[in-house]
Amino acid sequence: MAVATTARQKSGWITANLVTILLVLIPVVWIFSLSFKDPSTITDPTFFPKKWTWANYSGIFNSSDFTRPLLNSIGIGLIATFISVVLASLAAYAVARLAFPGKRALIGLSLLIAMFPLISLATPLFNIERALGIFNSWIGLIFPYIAFGLPLGIYTLSAFFREIPWELEKAAKMDGATPFQAFVKVIAPLAAPGMVTTAILVFLFCWNEFLLAFTLTSTIAARTAPAALAFFTGSSQFAVPTGSISAAAVVITIPIIIFVLLFQRRIVAGLTSGAVKG
Amino acid sequence: MTAETRAVITGEPGVAEPKHRKRLTEGARAERRLGWMLCAPAVIVMIAVAAFPIIYAIWLSLQRYDLRFPAQAKFIGFGNYGAVLSSPYWWHALVVTLIITIVSVAIEFVLGMLLALLMFRTLFFRGTVRTIILIPYGIVTVAAAYGWQYAWTPDTGYLSALFNNSAPLTKTGASIAIIILAEVWKTTPFMALLLMAGLSLVPEDLLKAARVDGASAWQRFYGVMLPLMKPAILVALLFRTLDAFRIFDNIYVLTQGGNGTYSVSILGYDNLFRGLNLGIGSAISILIFVCVAIIAFIFIRLFGAAAPGTEG
Repeated sequence: MAVATTARQKSGWITANLVTILLVLIPVVWIFSLSFKDPSTITDPTFFPKKWTWANYSGIFNSSDFTRPLLNSIGIGLIATFISVVLASLAAYAVARLAFPGKRALIGLSLLIAMFPLISLATPLFNIERALGIFNSWIGLIFPYIAFGLPLGIYTLSAFFREIPWELEKAAKMDGATPFQAFVKVIAPLAAPGMVTTAILVFLFCWNEFLLAFTLTSTIAARTAPAALAFFTGSSQFAVPTGSISAAAVVITIPIIIFVLLFQRRIVAGLTSGAVKG
Repeated sequence: MTAETRAVITGEPGVAEPKHRKRLTEGARAERRLGWMLCAPAVIVMIAVAAFPIIYAIWLSLQRYDLRFPAQAKFIGFGNYGAVLSSPYWWHALVVTLIITIVSVAIEFVLGMLLALLMFRTLFFRGTVRTIILIPYGIVTVAAAYGWQYAWTPDTGYLSALFNNSAPLTKTGASIAIIILAEVWKTTPFMALLLMAGLSLVPEDLLKAARVDGASAWQRFYGVMLPLMKPAILVALLFRTLDAFRIFDNIYVLTQGGNGTYSVSILGYDNLFRGLNLGIGSAISILIFVCVAIIAFIFIRLFGAAAPGTEG
């Protein structure tokens, strides 16, 4: 394939790549550019702002209508991710390394949950959480996020754990390491990349989730950023919240772009690990 | 590969199936116990937050239960299902959902395959393309949806301006097309990555051999690559179909389900949280769940899609 690349093929590949990059980036750049448009020019449909301003950003950061949900998103996302990855690691270790009856049922259950239509859960959870008094609280969102993070975590991690050369653990023990040392010095460094990948994927899920965040909260006490966007109003009753919503959309997109730039390889590996094995 | 998914929850793995009561060595028994102990926390959370609520939803769906009149709650059997299934709204939502699902998954499959080939074969900017396409995958759906909404709003959007300041989000057909556009833009990268993983399973030698035998590029793709990629393709299609079927975020932001663009999830939401009718809403939820189960069944049994990770 690489042997005879003619000039025509070369330019063909380059064009295809550029078209792809443009198609991906234009909508993203559009939101950025909207967020910098001066409120007086927001109804001017040019792609780039004629008059640049930070007003939309200072506006949203001066109001707890956005800062509180942003904090909720970060807190709920981190806690749910941490707990799911810990629980999923335990289960994935068992799935990858141990023989026990019920393994199939476990995988069936996680597959079932991964495919769950979230709206089917919104109703009963809405009722259950009101009865338990955890409606509109962090816990009320953390629990469902853990439950939905787990299947993703169990798949990804069991695929990663299968690749680890576990004989090394035995070798370390034979060389006189205690089981704890063998785990910390040998196994943990090998398992860490898979766990980081899984954590990123689970966090992205929590960060992105809208339906439950929207239905299981009623105030900004627990509402996460994506749900808060839908409640934005303009700075005055007559202003359209276009600028604020765009600025908020940019703010919640930035962490994604940073993750992607830092962990591109790991994210790709994590997304594809489950699929190839099937 | 041959593993089938159990659609029925057989209970916590901690409850052993007694038929295996052969003589086990001490080590094997300890291994079992450890396996169950390690899985127990995950299983308990999944059952408590997902399996139990769905059973509760079934029970709710058999009640007449309107939050505005809680005193009149009463068991009415399948009355809610009758009401939903005889309502034109349900069938309209189902048709809209199926159109969006089928059209967007089909487009995503074609574009995703092209993108996968591009990322796999190209010698230029390979890293850049692989990085860039993760942005739509990672971006918050709601954030991207607002971008699309504003782009198509007259007097604000560049796309609307491009089409003579038109307002496509006020028309049913055009709105559905934009919903599909937003869906395709967001999820084609995911499809492409799964397909790329499938492409890496195709041995290079086989393609070379086919080339030597005079197979055209299309024949090599259709006759060699596609059959070898079948498992990866089915997994990608299964995931995306189920995901597209429960579409909510994009529609909610773009049209709020107006102009007859509501999907089944939007209909369920409206009945539950706007109409506050838990009985009808739960019946819709359960029907959506049944649809998803049917789709999964079709993929797994008829097409032979393997549930990923089941070979363990």
